[in-house]
Amino acid sequence: MAEEVVLLDFWPSLFGMRSRIALAEKGIKYEYKEEDLRNKSALLLQMNPVHKKIPVLIHNGKPVCESLIQVQYIDEVWHDKAPLLPSDPYQKATVRFWADYIDKKIYDLGSRVWKTKGEEQATAKKEFIESLKLIEKELGDKPYFGGESFGYVDVAFIPFYSWFYAYEKCGNFSIEAECPKLIAWAKRCMQKESVAKSLPDQQKVYDFILQMKKHFGIE
Amino acid sequence: MAVVKLFGAWLSPYVYKVIWALKLKGIPYEYIEEDLSNKSPLLLQYNPIHKKVPVLVHDGKPICESIVILRYIDEIWPQNPLLPADPHERAVALFWIKFADDKSPFISKLYRTDGEEQQVAAKECFEMLEVIEGHALVGEKKFFGGDEINMVDIAFCSVAHWLGVIEGFTGLKIFEPHKFPRLNSWIQNFKSIPVIKDNLPDTDKMSAVLKRRREMLLASKSS
Repeated sequence: MAEEVVLLDFWPSLFGMRSRIALAEKGIKYEYKEEDLRNKSALLLQMNPVHKKIPVLIHNGKPVCESLIQVQYIDEVWHDKAPLLPSDPYQKATVRFWADYIDKKIYDLGSRVWKTKGEEQATAKKEFIESLKLIEKELGDKPYFGGESFGYVDVAFIPFYSWFYAYEKCGNFSIEAECPKLIAWAKRCMQKESVAKSLPDQQKVYDFILQMKKHFGIE
Repeated sequence: MAVVKLFGAWLSPYVYKVIWALKLKGIPYEYIEEDLSNKSPLLLQYNPIHKKVPVLVHDGKPICESIVILRYIDEIWPQNPLLPADPHERAVALFWIKFADDKSPFISKLYRTDGEEQQVAAKECFEMLEVIEGHALVGEKKFFGGDEINMVDIAFCSVAHWLGVIEGFTGLKIFEPHKFPRLNSWIQNFKSIPVIKDNLPDTDKMSAVLKRRREMLLASKSS
């Protein structure tokens, strides 16, 4: 049976980017379907009835929801090429821990940087930078979080690079000044075709964020 | 020297998840009770980022975050597997485990808050129960894991035990058996599993401690 892979997605989604990268790393042919989140398709509502969110990976008609679960699923099913997770259980636990940290801390703090202003934003900015520094420390002197090769934590985190310009403009700060090693890592990742073709242009993301701010009434 | 150590707190559902996983697989471990108001240097050394329990230490190496720990245990000790082998079924199980992990904090918010904040938490809890009843338990299964419990059942433990205790002393009524018949059956079944039944925090003791904690939290908010 021919493999049928569909990705329901939305172009600026940090989460959707992860799955795009994983599919590209494995060389999987798939159909990309752009969702209008103000007018969600019947397919999306059917495939993710609980959250009604993107991204949704549909493999031979069966949905997989939640981006990190999708990345792990892709890695398991197409295991013979470009492994993303380590095979050692302790190393696996370490990468899962950091992916969880990225979702629980970095995503929320980044959101608060562009969604708030004044003192609330100042606090969010401070905590955001602290969390970036922590993850920069975890990277250390390795070329990738996965060591010599691009891996799970790299996939989980690199999408945020496409949002860095937006965070910086909204928060009036420079991520490169605070975390130069992270920027070096991001540029290294962007040299990979799977990443470069999966991430949107930073200016485009910033324009999108400005639209969202207008929509939510945030100056 | 024990090969497996578990740092925990007797009230935490996250800690019990790890205890049950270890017991279901027959893994001996040393348990270290932490006073969360006075965390040990060892805990802070093993979990410098979150400074929380549970922490599993295996051959001197720490693993943090309950779901990460559960997956590690399941991989190191494959007997009595806690996740399906089929990749798609496993993805579905992981979806529900994440859902439980994301929503469970609202259960503890029920006793940590009052007024509008508590109402929001109560609404989130009610909606969580509706989703479980309507989507997760469909198909006449005894457990989320089928005929036997698995990691999904373990992940929903707050619904099975902690919610009822908190409803008791806060006077909230979110779970009603007639409104959630499938969930009600599951709770009865889950709590009759010997490993679960024999390893649950005492209801009266928990009620007294959480009630006192609530009083202190609300008093400090108004001052």
